[in-house]
Amino acid sequence: MSDVIKKATRDGYGRALVELGREHEDIVVLDADLAASTKTGMFKKEFPDRHFDCGIAEGNMVAAAAGMAAMGLVPFASSFAMFAAGRAYEQVRNSVGYPRLNVKIGATHGGISVGEDGASHQCCEDFALMRSIPGMVILNPADEVEARKAVKAAYAYDGPVYLRFGRLAVPVIHGEDYDFAIGKGEQLTEGNDVAILATGLMVNEALMAAQTLRAEGIAARVINLCTIKPLDGEIVLKAARECGRIITCEEHSVIGGLGEAVCSLLSETCPTPVRRIGVSDVFGYSGPAWDLLKAFGLSAEHIVETAKSF
Amino acid sequence: MTNQEQHQLAAAALAIRMGVIEGTHSAKSGHPGGSLSAADMFAYLYEKELRIDPARPRWPGRDRFVLSKGHSAPALYAALAHRGFFPAEDLKTLRHIGSYLQGHPNMNSVPGVDMSTGSLGQGVSVAAGMAKAARLMGSGVNVYTMLGDGEIDEGEVWEAFMFAAHYRLDNLCVMIDLNGLQIDGPTKDVMNYEPIDAKMAAFGFDVVTIDGHDFAQIERAFGIFHQNAGSGKPTCILMRTVKGKGVSFMENNADWHGKAPNDKEYETAMQELRAQLEKLEAAQ
Repeated sequence: MSDVIKKATRDGYGRALVELGREHEDIVVLDADLAASTKTGMFKKEFPDRHFDCGIAEGNMVAAAAGMAAMGLVPFASSFAMFAAGRAYEQVRNSVGYPRLNVKIGATHGGISVGEDGASHQCCEDFALMRSIPGMVILNPADEVEARKAVKAAYAYDGPVYLRFGRLAVPVIHGEDYDFAIGKGEQLTEGNDVAILATGLMVNEALMAAQTLRAEGIAARVINLCTIKPLDGEIVLKAARECGRIITCEEHSVIGGLGEAVCSLLSETCPTPVRRIGVSDVFGYSGPAWDLLKAFGLSAEHIVETAKSF
Repeated sequence: MTNQEQHQLAAAALAIRMGVIEGTHSAKSGHPGGSLSAADMFAYLYEKELRIDPARPRWPGRDRFVLSKGHSAPALYAALAHRGFFPAEDLKTLRHIGSYLQGHPNMNSVPGVDMSTGSLGQGVSVAAGMAKAARLMGSGVNVYTMLGDGEIDEGEVWEAFMFAAHYRLDNLCVMIDLNGLQIDGPTKDVMNYEPIDAKMAAFGFDVVTIDGHDFAQIERAFGIFHQNAGSGKPTCILMRTVKGKGVSFMENNADWHGKAPNDKEYETAMQELRAQLEKLEAAQ
């Protein structure tokens, strides 16, 4: 696996913003004193007049972005997931979601893989918060390629979008020819013994798990669900009917994220045994990202164990 | 300002006050106190100040107004109706199920409303973002926003003030309705904001303090705002007002922040306002 290219999805965010900026004059970017970390600094360097630092004031940043959207611009407002979805939740709810303004929230450093900064910065609640807002689109790219395509799709979409990116460099699993669409899941492997529905960096873990399972005679269907909301119900129901068992995998609390979205859909339309892999209602702690992912069961090994245990 | 203009503005303000009483009485809820304190400012804004066109409520070149103190929606709606954005009789549907006149302003349902507000502290941030966007787009649009004095307890407000000064938004006019009362009582007891003029000046605003019920002073304040174009300084108009202004039993009484008049109180309030209108017309 030494030839695997690893990149952080936040790098894809920064790169896509620059590419969009060259094509579209109406795109503007706001940041809250984190331009180097969120990678909006790349946009700032090329388009200093369209990048607005708001200081460490995420609530004002999101509402100001709403004002810019009301004037016809397409703002991307960036901070860490903890502050974009957490601190500014009510501004996203009342000044973006309710008036349905065309604001894109670019939230980086989502999940436990933030690593050494510890629990205060490891946001595992953002899907839950954003899912509860009517009409909010939530995208959680699996790799740098998908990140770039998701950013461009978010720009093309008219309405509020929450995009979650990671700090950690993760394997690039998509080619440039990958055809991304909001609301559409992507089946990555064939198999009818168990379906593994994964999002974000867990997609690669699911692929590795499927490889191990196949060697043991278990054919796992891996599905990448970059769009957390609106959920691709069609691909989930098809997997439930054809595989009979579902495992969900997300770098998020098991409360309120992909796992619960899938369970809600299945319990009402196609009751199917489900195992949710995620952060199990606990706060994180400091440590190297890959060690933390392993410690919290967000790993291919844990997916394999789970697949064999039910 | 001519006598005729004074008269026209006073009549508009009375129409707005009657609209506030009609709406909140019909709704059996709502916020008359802060609507009445701001009624004279609303009259001036919608009759004289804002570059707007009722026939084209979404005209891109219009000035923007964001009611950051969204609970004063009854006065905003009455001002919009008086200016011809929608029929005045609709004011009676305020807060009714199925009405487009929601309890707090909704930009997607009410013609002439530029931003959905209601959660305090957010409107001023939105207005600052609009002003920044207008500047970037080179549109010449001015952005106005009105806050309550209780609202400025919210920390976000001060984030927005810093943003406005930092980005030199001289096309932004912030009005604060200093009626001195919030839900739990006098602002000086609940959370004292004085000296507010020094605070706003320290935050980088050109501060103009006026009697918020005096049209000549309001006109002078907006004159200063227009003079500030090109200066890089945002303008802050501090409106010293009387909560509940125009209805004797509502004046300076925190109880009327968020309470509707009952049938008897409605009759009394409307009689008082009609008497003021008759007096105004007799003086003409």
